[in-house]
This record gives sequence, C-alpha cells and structure tokens, in this order.
Amino acid sequence: MTGLRGVLFVGLPVAVILGFWLLARWEYRHGRDSHRQSFVARNGWPVVAFVVAAVGFWALVMIVLPQLYMVDFSFHPKLPPSQRGGPRDVYTLENYRYFLFGSTRSTASWNVTHITAFWLTIAVSMCITVLNFVICYPLAYFMAQVGTGSQVRKLMLLLIIPYWVNELLRAFAFNILFGTSGVLNVILLCTGVIASPIDFIGQDIALYSGLTYAYLLVMMFPLYNALESLDHNQIEAARDLGAPWWHVHLHVVMPFAKPGIASGCTLVFMLCAGALAAPLVLGGPKTLWFTPIVYDRFYQAFNWNQGAAYAIVLLLTCILFVMMVMRVFRVSLSEITR
Amino acid sequence: MSARTVQRLMMGFYVVLFFGFLFGPLLVMAVTAVNTAQYPQVLPFEGFTLDWFVVLLDDRNLVDGIRNSILIGVFVVLLSVPLGLAGAIVMTQIYDRARSLYYLVVVSPVLTPGIIIGISTVIFWRDVADSIGSESVYSGLFLATLGQSTFISAYCMLIFLSRLQRFDPSQREAALDLGATHTQVFFHILLPFLKPAVFSAALIAFLSSFENYNTTTFAILADKTLTTVLAGRVRQGTTPAISALAVLIIAITLAGAVLYEVLRRIEQRREQGRAKAAAMAERAEVAGGLAPAAALMSS
Amino acid sequence: MSADVELDDVSVRFGPFLAVDRASLKIAGGEFFSILGPSGCGKTTLLRTISGFLQPSQGRVRIGGRDMAGLGANKRPTALIFQNLALFPLMTVADNVGYGLRVRGVARAERRRRVDALLQLVALPDQGGSLVSELSGGQKQRVAIARALAVEPQVLLLDEPLSALDLRLRQHMRSELRAIQKRVGITFIYITHDQGEALTMSDRIAVMNRGVIEQVGPGRAVYDDPATAFVASFVGENNCFEGTVVETGDGHAVVETGVGRLSGRRRNGLAVGDRALVFVRPEALRLVSDDAPAPIACELSSSAFEGNATHLFARARQGQPIVVTLSRRDEAGAMAPGQKLGLDYAAHDGLVLPANGHGAD
Repeated sequence: MTGLRGVLFVGLPVAVILGFWLLARWEYRHGRDSHRQSFVARNGWPVVAFVVAAVGFWALVMIVLPQLYMVDFSFHPKLPPSQRGGPRDVYTLENYRYFLFGSTRSTASWNVTHITAFWLTIAVSMCITVLNFVICYPLAYFMAQVGTGSQVRKLMLLLIIPYWVNELLRAFAFNILFGTSGVLNVILLCTGVIASPIDFIGQDIALYSGLTYAYLLVMMFPLYNALESLDHNQIEAARDLGAPWWHVHLHVVMPFAKPGIASGCTLVFMLCAGALAAPLVLGGPKTLWFTPIVYDRFYQAFNWNQGAAYAIVLLLTCILFVMMVMRVFRVSLSEITR
Repeated sequence: MSARTVQRLMMGFYVVLFFGFLFGPLLVMAVTAVNTAQYPQVLPFEGFTLDWFVVLLDDRNLVDGIRNSILIGVFVVLLSVPLGLAGAIVMTQIYDRARSLYYLVVVSPVLTPGIIIGISTVIFWRDVADSIGSESVYSGLFLATLGQSTFISAYCMLIFLSRLQRFDPSQREAALDLGATHTQVFFHILLPFLKPAVFSAALIAFLSSFENYNTTTFAILADKTLTTVLAGRVRQGTTPAISALAVLIIAITLAGAVLYEVLRRIEQRREQGRAKAAAMAERAEVAGGLAPAAALMSS
Repeated sequence: MSADVELDDVSVRFGPFLAVDRASLKIAGGEFFSILGPSGCGKTTLLRTISGFLQPSQGRVRIGGRDMAGLGANKRPTALIFQNLALFPLMTVADNVGYGLRVRGVARAERRRRVDALLQLVALPDQGGSLVSELSGGQKQRVAIARALAVEPQVLLLDEPLSALDLRLRQHMRSELRAIQKRVGITFIYITHDQGEALTMSDRIAVMNRGVIEQVGPGRAVYDDPATAFVASFVGENNCFEGTVVETGDGHAVVETGVGRLSGRRRNGLAVGDRALVFVRPEALRLVSDDAPAPIACELSSSAFEGNATHLFARARQGQPIVVTLSRRDEAGAMAPGQKLGLDYAAHDGLVLPANGHGAD
C-alpha cells in the first residue's frame, strides 16, 4: 500500500469512531432526555466491549473499507505485483475511459457494446420490476385483505418453498423449458404450431422470463407485509362512498402500501441489475447484460482494476436508483429495508 | 352469474396461473431428473430411472463443493448472528443523526448487488494479505465467509431489530431493580427473549449462505462450493444429473421448511394451552374470589 | 428491616420540562405512604427517582440516612413493583421469585427454601413450577410481590400495581397489600391516581399536581382539611363555588358567590376582596324543608339511587352544578326532576380557599 492509502485506511477508522463518539457526546449533552444513561453505564463493560468490537469490525472492516478500497483501486492501472506501489502506480482514469471508449487512451470512438449492455440492463431491469409488481399485486392483495386465515397460511407455505430454490437452479429450469430441444419447443413442434424450433435463448426471451421468475417472490413478501397492515374498514369506507374498484386501489390501497412497493421495487431492481446466474445460464452468445461483462473483466481479461471500475459503475447505478425510489415514493431508507 | 362469482372465478384463475408459473418450471425439471433420456427432457418420456441421482454420488467436485458450502454456512452463522445482534443492540441505543448515518452504513450491503460485495472483498483482502505478508488470510473459504457475512449480518440485524422492538424495557429495569448487573440482564433477560430470533437468524443465515452464488463466485477464489460447481456444470451443458441435484436440494429445503412450520405450530399450541390455563384461573378468581391468603390475613 | 426515605428539595427535569418541582418529603420507616395525583403529575418520575432509575437534576434522596446520589437501581435497598408487573415471562414462578437471590449468588438449596416460604406467604404454594403466562391477574400480582420481597428490601415501591385488575379483585388486593405490609414491616411507597386506594391503605398521603407536592398528611386530614383548591377537588367529590370574600372573621369567611352568600372555615391569608372558592362536600349538604330559608336554592336535574346512598344532581342559578349525597336515613322520598330544592350545610363543613392558588398558606 502506498503512504496515502496507509494513512487513509488506518486514519479513517479512528476518525469515524472518534466522530461517532463526539456526535454521541454532543447529542447526550444537548438531547431532550438528560437522564439517558451512557452506553457503558446501560450495558456493562463486557457487553459494550463485544458490541463495539463486533460493530466496528463489521461496519468498518467488512463494509466501509473494502468499498472505499475498491474505489481507490479502480483509479489505479493494472500492474504486476512487483510494480505495485512503484513509480508507475499512479492515479488514472484509464479504467473508466475503457468502459466509455473501449480503449485506455483514445477517446475517438464509443465502447458501443458495453454502453449498450449497460443501458439495456437498466431498462430491462426496470421493466421486469414493473412487471413483477403487476404480477404480484393481485395475489398480495388477496392474501392480505380478502383470503381467510387458513387460505393465507397455505398460500404462504406455497410461496416460501420456491423462495429458497437457488437462483442457478431456477435459471436451469428455464434452460430446460426454453432450450432449442427444450420442453416448449418440443410441445410446439409436436402440436404443429411451429415448423422449426424457436431460439428462445438467442432472442433473450429465456433470460428475461427467467429474471422475472427469479425475483417474483422478492416483490411478493414486502408487498404482502405492507398490505396486511391496512385496515380493511378503510377499503369498505371508500367502497361505501361509491368509489370504483380501480379508484380504491389507486388512491387508498397503493398509497398505503407505498413503503412495501418501494421496498419490493428496490430489491427486484438491484437483484436484476446485479444478477449473474441467470445471464450466465440463459444468455446466448449475443446477449447483452452488464454483469457478465464485469465478470469477464476478472476471469477473462484478468484486469481487476478495470473490473473494479465496472463494479463501481454498477454500484452507482443502484445507489441512484435507491435515491430515485426514495424521492418518488417519499419514503425513508428504513421503510425500504424493513 | 353474479358479479361476485365472476370476480371469484377470475381470482381463482389468476391464483392457479400464478402458482403454475411458480411451480411449473420446477416440476418440469423434476420430471427430467427421472427420465432416462440423455438430454433433460419431459417429452418423449423414455423411461423411469434413478440413475441420475447415482451419478451425483460419484462426482468428487460436487461432494467437495457441498462440504465447503456447509463449512462456509456454519462459519457464516457463527459470524453473522453475533454481528447482527451487536448491530441491532447499537441501533436501539443511538438516536438522531448518528442513528441515520449508522443505519445507512450497516444496511447498505442489503441494497448492494452481491457481485460488488464479492469483488470489493477480494480486492481488499488480497492487498491486506500482501501488506501483512500472511497468505492464510487470502483463502477462498475465509473470504467467502467474510463476503457473505457482510450482507447476511444485515439480514440477521433486521430480524433482531424487529424482535427487539417488542422487548418490554421494564423487564430490564425489573431485573436491575432486583440487583442484577447489566451483564446479568443481558444474559438472563435479553438473550432468552431473543432466543427465537437467534434461531431464525441462524436458519436464514445458513440458507442464504448455502444458496449464495453472486458473492461467492468472486470470493471463493480457487476453491469451490456447491453453487460454483453447479454453475460450472450448468454452463458446460445440461444433463439430467443437474435436474436430479436440483430435486435433491429442493427436497431438503422443503423438509426444512416443513419442519420449521411444524415446530412453530407445536410452540403455538403450547402457548394456547397456557393462555387457556390463565383464562381458567381468571374465571375461578372472578367467580369464587381469590383464595384468601390465609397465612397473611390471620397475622 | 425498614428504612426511612427522605427527599430533600428534589427536582427532576426533562429538557425544558420540569417533571418534579422541588419536592421535599420525610417518610418514616415502616410507614405505608401513598403518593396520589392525576396522570402526568410527576408521581411516577418521583418514584423512579427514589428507586434509582432517574437521578435528580437537583436535591438529594436519602434512604436510611444514606445519600443515594450516583447509586443505580441495582445498588439501592429498594424494590419496585411495576405497573405492568414486568414478570419474566420465560421463567417459572419460582425462578421469578428467586431471581433477586440468584443474582446475589445465594446457593440453590437456600434459594429454594426462601422461595417456598415466600410463595407460602402469598398463598401460591403449589404454583412454583408454573409459567407466568398460566396465571390469573391476581396470582401474577402476588408473584410480583413475592419477587420484590425476596430481596428483603428496606423500602418497597409500588407503581399503581392494581390498575389492571377488575374492581372486586382490586378491593380484595388492597386489604391484602396492607396485611403484607403490616407483616413484613417495611416501608411501602405506593403510587396511585385512585383516591380510594390511597385513603383505604395509607398511613399518610402526599397529593401531587403538576410536579408539586401540594399536601402531605393522613388520609382523614387530606380529605377533611385540604390545603389547596386542587386537593379539595381531586380528593373525594366536592362542590365548588367561586366568588369574592366579603367578610372575614375568626377562622371563617363569607364569600359572595354566583348562588348567594356562602360561609365556611378560612385558611389564613384571605382578606376581604380576594377571589376565593367555597368547597362543600356532597354528603355535608342537607335538604331544607320548603318553607324554611335556604342559603342555596336549586332545581333537581336527576338522581341516582345507589343502595346505601342516593346522589342528587341539581343546578343552581347560572347553571352551577351541585351534587348532594343523601344517606338512607336522610332520604326525603321520591323526587321528580324539575323539583325545587333548598340546601344548607353546617358552617364548619364549608371550606374557603384562595382561587388559583394565590395567597395559599
């Protein structure tokens, strides 16, 4: 590590802990409740030692430092180990330049493949998010507001079981369904609907339906939780006032379920845009998806620095999406992650 | 037909369609696992066989992968549950600005794509290993455990938080008032209260670890887990052996889910029994008056 | 062993809000002392300050002569019975009762012996193995008492523990609590908003309002001789007439009120021309026969027959509401709403107090 990095990665944790401690002291002095006991007085030394060590390790060493280091790393060129920290190890934009222009130096032409893959990934992920919401909403509403207790329990069990089926296996199941000699093609050929097999995988139909399938339940559970807490009387009241059914849903039910919708949408988008298994298994040779490109930076180009830059582009996208959802739905972060 | 009947029919149709979509692909996969055809297919069904399950047992890589997955799963549980617990305890005791900043940090892994967590973990620890000159840090099992625990700890924290919200603070005060130290309160009152949450968190942590692919594929380095072996197989080409493996995994998951549900119902029934006993005692008390505390009243 | 509790000029402040305002109290060892007040008056804050969950912003708490400053709840010779009882739901009854002994390191056998004795004391000898969730409300109450007594506190603090019980059981538990206190002989400090509880159980009562202790004394004194308008209207039913003092004499005063001139005993500090309140208890009012002159004339709105007594609800001039309680003997037969009534009372049953608390004492 260079000197600057050393300072950054030793100094930062100390600064963060000091900052939190000062903030806590300040709020303790100026807080409304002056009788609040200090953290140590309230928990006793052994518990405090455990909690501080655990949270410090988790928040700093496992979450913050690796992310920061990855940012730093993405601004360095790929070098053999012997030259790291040497005179050629300088800050550079070449990894990002490569993403945009397909070359580490020239900015003459755009890196069309990667940029198209990037935008396509975002656009398709958004469409799948909306589609998943449309598919899940009626069932979530039925379970939360209409169904009887035993009905709901049975449906819930039916939902939980496929929830834990591995992503890879789901993708594999779709591979069997959609392959050139897959179940769907065989059926269509036998019944004479088509004369020659359809290339579902090459057309990305398999990938998009596989993604929709994979994250259906991620949308379902937050939606159901949000809808469940809605008092049914509110819906009855709106009905009594003569509101048509779509009006009730649009103006009574959905505004109430906003945190659940926001939560489901954020998670589905994030998982879709970051999906690796489905594109690897269901992607054809011409499929454009961003995550396999990131994966290839590591395992085909063996350029980790470039891979880090690509990962950061993806991370920023997700952060922007979360912020957008928070703005559009006017919800807080804690409501999304409940 | 009344409008209500039409509505119910439509709802029923939709529910059937939904679960058809949910289970259809899995059922198709299950059928291919017992078809003798070399390529996973349902039609034509060439004959029933269990050979594809036998093939699995001879697969060294797969067995190694499963062993590693279980090992990592156990480590993740041992790491994530305490981290999540500590995280939740801090969350319930800090306020205002410090709280929202802290929340942002510890919840961010839940909203970060798995591959990014895997990538950053590997990059960071490779150079840590370099700079402290210890190669043992840079091992697949260690990094996979760390990488997965980064976000699985956050799941555990959310589970603990929702349980802690129902904790009655007067329980803590009552114990203190009876002379307990703060440490005793933690072990005698808080931990027993959190026990169900500890079990759920451990279960969720293990399952999340076991089925994780995105983070693991980066963090595992040269080692292998069930999911990375599986991914390799699936990419190489589809054989019914993979279907057989899927059927096995789903069956195990199913058994776990059913067991969990059964245990929950038993506990529920026990609680109902207690409530009934209390109701009976209550009724007896109201009807006949409280049995006079004779020892008391006579003195 | 019991200890006296002394509060010396104690204030408790939550930010800008003053929950307890310069409270001073001396509670004798072995006394059953109640703190009575409406919800939000600061009585629970005061109790938590004594038990050590809060540190006073100002002033001192002494128990048995020892200054408690800086001592947490687990280091004080007090035990608190919580409003919701705060029994440990995951422990058996015996483990609940023995918890204080367990954290003190008392050996298992000795612990069992003492727990058994305590369960005997509260008449739950066979319930040691039950879980708390299997018990009735009254049984839970007794477990909470046993648990608090197990640590042999010098002072037992009770935060409205009876409020969750139904009426009959509550009345039964009152006498039981009093009996337990007599038997163990330690100081009880009892918080309640129910004046009936305070009056029946306590040796002395402190009445609190808005963080201030307004009066301390035996129940009879607080009832018969309230020191402030708040105490007069909060403890027991009271009729209140507002007016201006027109005449003062030796220990009495006459007030010109909306219903006419009323007289009563006077606390010192009232002069002619001051605003004042005249309080007359419903049971102190008598009906006057039709022809005799009556100081208060009113019209019956409704009446409620309660067995041993009848309550008459009437309105005087300017809509002033009046309640009269007639004992069985005084009852004047059936009366119809709208009937005109004349009311009178003995001069020493009227009480003249300064309005708005100005000039008190």
